[in-house]
Amino acid sequence: MLTSLLKIHLIDGESMKILVAVKRVIDYNVKVRVKADNTDVDLANVKMAMNPFCEIAVEEAVRLKEKGVATEIVVVSIGPKVAQEQIRTSLALGADRGILVETEEKLESLTVAKILKAIVDKEQPQLVILGKQSIDNDNNQTGQMLGALTGMAQGTFASEVVVEGDKVNVTREIDSGLRTVGLTLPAIVTSDLRLNEPRYASLPNIMKAKRKPLEVVTTSDLGVEVKSTQTLVKVTPPAERSAGIKVASVDELVEKLKNEAKVL
Amino acid sequence: MSILVIAEHDNSAVNAATLNTVAAAKAIGGDVTLLVAGLDCASAAEAAAKVEGVAKVLVADDAAYQYQLAEAMGDLVAELGKDYGHILAPATTTGKDFLPRAAALLDVNMISEIISVVSADTFTRPIYAGNAIATVQTSDSIKVATVRATGFDPVSAEGGSASVETVSAISDKGISAFVGEELAKSDRPELTAASIVISGGRGMQNGENFEMLYKLADKLGAAVGASRAAVDAGFVPNDMQVGQTGKIVAPDLYVAVGISGAIQHLAGMKDSKVIVAINKDEEAPIFQVADYGLVADLFEAIPELESKV
Ligand SMILES: Cc1cc2nc3c(=O)[nH]c(=O)nc-3n(C[C@H](O)[C@H](O)[C@H](O)COP(=O)(O)OP(=O)(O)OC[C@H]3O[C@@H](n4cnc5c(N)ncnc54)[C@H](O)[C@@H]3O)c2cc1C
Ligand SMILES: Nc1ncnc2c1ncn2[C@@H]1O[C@H](COP(=O)(O)O)[C@@H](O)[C@H]1O
Repeated sequence: MLTSLLKIHLIDGESMKILVAVKRVIDYNVKVRVKADNTDVDLANVKMAMNPFCEIAVEEAVRLKEKGVATEIVVVSIGPKVAQEQIRTSLALGADRGILVETEEKLESLTVAKILKAIVDKEQPQLVILGKQSIDNDNNQTGQMLGALTGMAQGTFASEVVVEGDKVNVTREIDSGLRTVGLTLPAIVTSDLRLNEPRYASLPNIMKAKRKPLEVVTTSDLGVEVKSTQTLVKVTPPAERSAGIKVASVDELVEKLKNEAKVL
Repeated sequence: MSILVIAEHDNSAVNAATLNTVAAAKAIGGDVTLLVAGLDCASAAEAAAKVEGVAKVLVADDAAYQYQLAEAMGDLVAELGKDYGHILAPATTTGKDFLPRAAALLDVNMISEIISVVSADTFTRPIYAGNAIATVQTSDSIKVATVRATGFDPVSAEGGSASVETVSAISDKGISAFVGEELAKSDRPELTAASIVISGGRGMQNGENFEMLYKLADKLGAAVGASRAAVDAGFVPNDMQVGQTGKIVAPDLYVAVGISGAIQHLAGMKDSKVIVAINKDEEAPIFQVADYGLVADLFEAIPELESKV
């Protein structure tokens, strides 16, 4: 309790708002198939869910609020009407209010970042938490682009976030290990897998979430022009690997690797 | 049009992923300029000038670039990149950190992790954890992309004789600073560069049991990787994770030990030349991609394998 009081004090008694961006994507358990005409993947009747990295982002915001560091959590999603489901899930996990930027279009990362920039301008959060990567397009771009557009510092691929006064220390998962950077607030964080383990929403909280505010806006309300510079020429299945053989013993394995595969 | 490639280096030498990225630039076609941004990085710049196919090296030697922080790198790359047709960086955690930032500053989109060049404006890249390959065409005036190393055979680190030019640093905004680092120490080959990779999963049960894999790896000159489950459980550090959201490897031989074969793991290793799976569950999905499958208890199979190679 004392530490949380201290933290509130350190941010000068000001309220700290966190903005979290969540995306509706294919459920991570689904193995997607390419359409026969090679125009895209087939998402008809496929189970959709919140992007796993976004769940981690929401959880981190909720923990910062529970610690007394944050005072309000606003969740934003850009997508079709049904993306309200992912906002409601975030509200059930502990976010306070939601914004849906409703669009049927498939947006490129720069446009998503521009929309988020418009929301940042309006909401003036001290911290923006995004996932490191959408598991559908595997882009890993939006948080960094938002950093450029807002001029904020960025702590990407975060495995630990510590807010102290007007700074946040972010420990990042990098190819060679872990690196900690110190950022001046307001700042951007993108979550990696080890940042936390998201909780499950309880039934009472799911009920409560239904009454939390959810505002719906359009890109034109925000004054963002949607333009596209990338064309999906085609989508093809990856080179399939066929199952090989089962070997009966370690001896047979060694023999095959030496004489057949010639890799030992 | 010319191509700006951002070199990844440790201030004394350029790393392997840079050579794959230059190869992608060569596939696009055009003069290749390598940018070396660092502190006291003259020897890295010298090494960069020798890389095959590089016409020019730009050196930004300044404290602002000591740790290649995204804020400073983004500003620099956006400023220098204005005059180029393409900007490429390796799809490492460094490249992924600063390149989208530079692209947005230039008001262009970016293409992540290209694995082939179809033409100067069209590239292929995996999406949905590698379950589909997208061919993407861009109309952006400056084409910005990260390059997945496994998609391109590296150019030679020797044989070039590029000119070296110094560029000045851009004033740092001072919004980010390096605080500390905990780097993996290992005498084994680097995961993404090794010709043999042995990875352990949840089946390893704990960190101590990974010793078995290290012993086998040392005998074979192999690197050791892991599944997400093994990293999450704290058996091994995060830099060992192979997969959709970890490292992408494509060695001559990949040995998956006690790994079930989730799509997210396969995304990081299924382009390996030969895959071996050792798993006690004969139904494990990893066997569907393995060239050689051994249904066995790893605690018996690994020591035996180690004694026989
Ligand atoms: C957003 C997201 C991103 C992800 N990114 C990645 C990623 O980059 N990389 C990754 O690996 N995963 C990733 N995952 C996780 C992935 O979905 C799986 O959960 C993970 O790969 C499972 O790891 P595992 O195979 O080690 O564990 P398990 O699936 O638990 O498999 C353990 C295997 O060990 C075998 N085994 C147990 N004991 C023995 C024994 N004594 N001898 C032999 N075999 C034994 C079992 O039969 C089983 O097949 C991601 C998941 C999500 C949601
Ligand atoms: N349509 C969207 N709506 C809300 N957030 C998004 C959207 N697209 C991307 N993001 C955020 O940006 C992160 C990285 O996405 P990406 O750059 O697409 O890999 C995601 O985890 C989200 O936090």
